[in-house]
Amino acid sequence: MMKVLPLALVGLIAATGSAFAQTADLSLPEAPQTQSWSFDGPFGMYDRAALQRGFQVYKEVCSSCHSLNRVSFHDLSYDNGGTGMFDDAQVKAIAAAYKVPAGPNDKGETTDANGTPLTRTGIPADHFPPPFPNEQAARANNGGALPPDQSLLVKARDGGADYIYSIIVGDGAKPPAGFKVTDGKYYDPYFAGRNISMPPPLRDNSVTYSDGTKATVAQEAHDVTTFLQWAAEPKLEQRHRLGFGVMAFMILLSVLLFLSYRSVWKDAH
Amino acid sequence: MSGPSTYVPKSAFAKWFDSRLPLMRFAHDTMITFPTPRNLNFWYAFGAILTFMLGIQILTGIVLAMHFVASADGAFDSVEGIMRNINYGWLLRYMHSNGASFFFIAVYIHMFRGLYYGSYKAPREILWILGVILYLLMVATAFFGYVLPWGQMSFWGATVITNFFSALDQIIPHMGTAISTWLWGGFAVGDATLNRFFSLHYLLPFVIAGVVGLHIWALHVPGNNNPLGIDVKGPQDMLPFHPYYTAKDAFYVALFALVYLAFVFYAPNFFGNPDNYTPANPVVTPPDIVPEWYLLPYYAMLRSVPQKLIGVLVMAGSLLTLLFIPWLDTSKVRSSRFRPMMKQFFWIFVVDCLILGYCGSQSADAVTPGLHMLPLVWVARVGTLFYFGFFWVVMPLLGLIETPKALPATIAQPVLSPAE
Repeated sequence: MMKVLPLALVGLIAATGSAFAQTADLSLPEAPQTQSWSFDGPFGMYDRAALQRGFQVYKEVCSSCHSLNRVSFHDLSYDNGGTGMFDDAQVKAIAAAYKVPAGPNDKGETTDANGTPLTRTGIPADHFPPPFPNEQAARANNGGALPPDQSLLVKARDGGADYIYSIIVGDGAKPPAGFKVTDGKYYDPYFAGRNISMPPPLRDNSVTYSDGTKATVAQEAHDVTTFLQWAAEPKLEQRHRLGFGVMAFMILLSVLLFLSYRSVWKDAH
Repeated sequence: MSGPSTYVPKSAFAKWFDSRLPLMRFAHDTMITFPTPRNLNFWYAFGAILTFMLGIQILTGIVLAMHFVASADGAFDSVEGIMRNINYGWLLRYMHSNGASFFFIAVYIHMFRGLYYGSYKAPREILWILGVILYLLMVATAFFGYVLPWGQMSFWGATVITNFFSALDQIIPHMGTAISTWLWGGFAVGDATLNRFFSLHYLLPFVIAGVVGLHIWALHVPGNNNPLGIDVKGPQDMLPFHPYYTAKDAFYVALFALVYLAFVFYAPNFFGNPDNYTPANPVVTPPDIVPEWYLLPYYAMLRSVPQKLIGVLVMAGSLLTLLFIPWLDTSKVRSSRFRPMMKQFFWIFVVDCLILGYCGSQSADAVTPGLHMLPLVWVARVGTLFYFGFFWVVMPLLGLIETPKALPATIAQPVLSPAE
């Protein structure tokens, strides 16, 4: 939002005065890498294959620490007008591979004899179960840091998909001379303060893609970011498609209204 | 000005109805035959555009309210539910959130147009004051609305704004705190605050609609000002509102809607703050708390004063100043077209507002781009001084020292032939 005024004015003022070269300030993050995304632009759509690969990366890597609370399994389906990347049968199989917390059983028990919380097999209507039962457990397992929920992460960060991608590929980079990485943290030039609690999440071949795509870090990061963009904005394709029709209609309407405006005013001058 | 009614009921029923409630006569006289200066330009279309935007906001808002849960636990989730699970919920919500921004774009153009053409001068002072009241109501409604999604910026924005009242502690100890507590319904922004803000956010648009009625009433008594700023001299200067201005306004409303909808469909989060996609968390303060773009100039003025109470008073003063404009401008000439000095100061004032907006968008310790020795707060200070100087010094003074250009005799006899 605050990009409007700043851009215009920064341009104006910078053009008049900025002769001073800025030295790299290591307390500030670098600008994110600009990537080309399938969902960019007014006709942008999600690359289905990238979404499937990205889901695999989320499931096999990210989900061990990051929750995806706002997404349910049936969101993954493209059947019946869905916005996802799998068919209903695949979604059913994916859901069945998860154990989700079960409510009290017929006897009112929420745990079994050993005190372990009851679970049941997931169904498509379930949401992705979180990796930790609560914030305290999440922090205790991650050196005090809280891995953020990933459902809205792309929209909740300045820079969006480019930023998320950059954070992933930048994590664990070699710090420049003179930069002291805090104990227990990792250097990431794109992160505020450049000290990040997340260990470098991806390596080459962290996952094995079934479609034969070579699983480089860049490829995995690109795929999982596409998936996270989808998780944050599942209605993007519907929006772009409807937008095209609405824009075409509005342009036609404006032209017709302009012609009637001209014709009404013809005799008034 | 509107003269005797020319409405002729066409059917027996219309005649019967008209003699009991002259509703059709009123609509006919105000929206069809209403005599309007023939030279209104593009900038006069924003009244219709604003009415259109108010309608959009009320309609989308009523449907959104059907799905919204006004509670600190449920608000964020219900908004995400609207985005993900309600049919076309994403469209309603993006229309509503972008609608607020485009409502303000339109109102700012409408206000600057009024300033430029001197539309606040006699006999249109009440019309202007009602407009300022409408603007203040819009600001309040937008503020309440921004709190409702209960994201980080919602929560912290509400905290910052309601904390302004605690500055009153400096006048009477505890008075400000007591007012804040009363506004919050607790000792901090919380569930009670969200609920009352939702209630007020639903109420105020209908108050706005009522004041819009008064605003149009006050417009129809003296009639429209016009780009020449001279009074209409007779029927040759006028056109009936319909079909001339209905056709013109319809085209510009469609054009405005085209741009607005382009943002709804292709850049729906352009005006938003990413932090508001993180649920409100009372124990984590965002690094920079910024209001929505349309309030940034006032935010810059507030922060340009190091003393809190005076800062709040400066901000309130910057808004209240608008009420006095009809009497601060001493010039007999309305339109800046014929006021060479006013024209220049007007554009400097526009740039000043943009610069203040930029200052408000930056963090409090930012430096001026290109001039790293100069803290940005000093730019905001100069900008604030000019804002007040424009209204309280330049406006009264210009009327005394400026030599206006010759005014045309009538609207129909255009600018080319100078006044006799």
